[in-house]
Amino acid sequence: MNSLIPLLVAAPLAGAALLLLGGRYLDRLGHWLGTLAAALSFVLGVLLFSDMLGRPTGQRAVHQHLFSWIPVNGFRADVSFQLDQLSVTFVLLITGVGTLIHLYSVGYMAHDERRRRFFGYLNLFLAAMLLLVLADNYLLLYVGWEGVGLASYLLIGFWQHKPSAATAAKKAFIVNRVGDMGLSIAIMLMFTEFGSFAFGPVLGGARQASEGKLTAIALLLLLAACGKSAQVPLQSWLGDAMEGPTPVSALIHAATMVTAGVYLITRSGAIFNLAPDAQTAVVVVGTVTLLFGAIVGCAKDDIKKALAGSTMSQIGYMVLAAGLGPIGYAFAIMHLVTHGFFKAGLFLGAGSVMHGMDDEVNMRHYGGLRKYMPITFVTFGLGYLAIIGFPGLSGFFSKDKIIEAAFAKGGTEGWILGLCALVGAAVTAFYMTRVMLLTFFGEKRWQPSARTGEEPHPHESPATMTLPMILLAFGSVFAGGLFALNSSFLHWLEPVTGHSEGDSPLQPLTVTLLTTVCMLAGVGLAYLMYGRSPVPVTAPVGSPLTRAARRDLLQDDFNHAVLVRPGAGLTASLVYLDSKAVDGLVNGLAATIGGISGRLRRIQTGFARSYALSMFGGALLLAATTLLMRSV
Amino acid sequence: MNPVNYLYLAALLFTIGASGVLIRRNAIVLFMCVELMLNASNLALVTFSRMHGNLDGQVIAFFTMVVAAAEVVVGLAIIVSIFRTRHSASVDDSNLMKL
Repeated sequence: MNSLIPLLVAAPLAGAALLLLGGRYLDRLGHWLGTLAAALSFVLGVLLFSDMLGRPTGQRAVHQHLFSWIPVNGFRADVSFQLDQLSVTFVLLITGVGTLIHLYSVGYMAHDERRRRFFGYLNLFLAAMLLLVLADNYLLLYVGWEGVGLASYLLIGFWQHKPSAATAAKKAFIVNRVGDMGLSIAIMLMFTEFGSFAFGPVLGGARQASEGKLTAIALLLLLAACGKSAQVPLQSWLGDAMEGPTPVSALIHAATMVTAGVYLITRSGAIFNLAPDAQTAVVVVGTVTLLFGAIVGCAKDDIKKALAGSTMSQIGYMVLAAGLGPIGYAFAIMHLVTHGFFKAGLFLGAGSVMHGMDDEVNMRHYGGLRKYMPITFVTFGLGYLAIIGFPGLSGFFSKDKIIEAAFAKGGTEGWILGLCALVGAAVTAFYMTRVMLLTFFGEKRWQPSARTGEEPHPHESPATMTLPMILLAFGSVFAGGLFALNSSFLHWLEPVTGHSEGDSPLQPLTVTLLTTVCMLAGVGLAYLMYGRSPVPVTAPVGSPLTRAARRDLLQDDFNHAVLVRPGAGLTASLVYLDSKAVDGLVNGLAATIGGISGRLRRIQTGFARSYALSMFGGALLLAATTLLMRSV
Repeated sequence: MNPVNYLYLAALLFTIGASGVLIRRNAIVLFMCVELMLNASNLALVTFSRMHGNLDGQVIAFFTMVVAAAEVVVGLAIIVSIFRTRHSASVDDSNLMKL
């Protein structure tokens, strides 16, 4: 059974190779081939999962050694996999949501002439992501980490003819590099400290290492997580990443890849647990991001960017939970899975709306769509209820647990974190209600399409698109309840992540009530602002905060002023130094030698007799010198 | 007779040959001057051989003659072929060796 583990990665990898190298012959069938590869991986995942369920708790984690990648004396890099409760959870999420989104893309990309390549990239992403979560050592994890970065770059820039998409792809790649650098340095530090990359020796040996080293490693891992998961201060790429096709935004930039940072922190829990300073940093990053993303989400009129802000904010919740240590790891992963369902569903719904509205993304140009797209409306609405934490739906259980865990941190810290998380819940309810009201309710505010010049004729999307939305809506509704039932998810992950209750100053029921009240307050405020009066088609000027939030809270301006401008200045001065000083020296030397040679050349007259004269002269000189030397 | 006189003669012949090489332009004459220099040095070698009482100098003189004969063959052939193409035996006309 264990020998099936490498096949999980191999199936989508083979699909990617076939689709990208197969050429035009596969244009007609390529998309089904890609979907089949993803589905095969999902089936394998389910088989392995059921096999794992059949074993007692202590024997659930299995290892599968494939081959030695770099066997050198004193340095061993293996390609080997580890399938435990944590990675199998990810495998099911990645392949399950991945398969649904492949299916959706069949309909969504039907009119794109480069569809085969799109599916090739999607398969490549699946393979890299599975490698990331299945690796049993940090070096192999890094391979997957870079692989998903590459796939993300290729897919954000898939419509490369649009300059904005090409720029967004480059931005995502460059910002991610900053984080990747953190991960690579962390891996090097691990090797010097533990002499190995494998999870076993590194995480098992953490107790013997000094706290300073562990803090350094943990902070570098946090940097990596910030890059991949779009956390402050490396968050700026996610909003622009929405330039990619919507299925990509749903799969990579909402459900799976951006949660890799949470996986990394949870997987490295043994290191973080022993480095309290680093844990504080993780918690601060998570809290800041959850508020940051929520505020940005409130101001965006672009439906995908509003959802991107929301993604950032929800991952902020997960990072916050992961930073709490054993109190929160399991809940971070639980929210990650439920978020994977409802956020992917929301993005697919947004894609379906755009599909029907001639690729319009401005929510101020939507309105009243619930009558025209009933299935999209219902599935999107269920996702909406799930994300705001409506009692009984997925988000309610997972988010509530995170807020409880934040309070359970204890002391003043716990109060601050808990209150921030509550405010975040209220703001989440506000912006998601705004999205819902602007899109599906109110009067029509449709504008003639820039491409065709006609008013759009919204229509329900084809079955390949609605089916994944319906299935994801089921996940959004029931997953949370299923996980929370008898704390089954917690007990499932406990052997890997550990668990402690913490000491909460509040009763769980009080927290639940507070969360629900905050949620209702957010919904009510949004209804007052957007539900009762007509929404203007062009955005009002707004308060300074709104204007700043529309510009992503000035994150790009900040990066530009603090990093890009000084960097460009430094580069310009280095170029000046190079062209004037270094080139001047080298060119001057060459010119001097050239000039001297030009003069020396004149000696060569071409007259044989003058050569003879110089020979005689030389011979005489030699003879004279010899005689002179003798006489002396 | 004092063998040193042969050395004087050899030096005189060598000087005549050398100044001929430097002054004359006609390639044939130049060539003859070179031969003169070679023979002057041969004379000096033989004289030294006589003065020192061993045969080394004479042996080298034979070598020189052989090499000179070979050189004449090659050199004259070159001169003739230059004369044919350029219709001149002046060495100053063949100045293509400069850059």
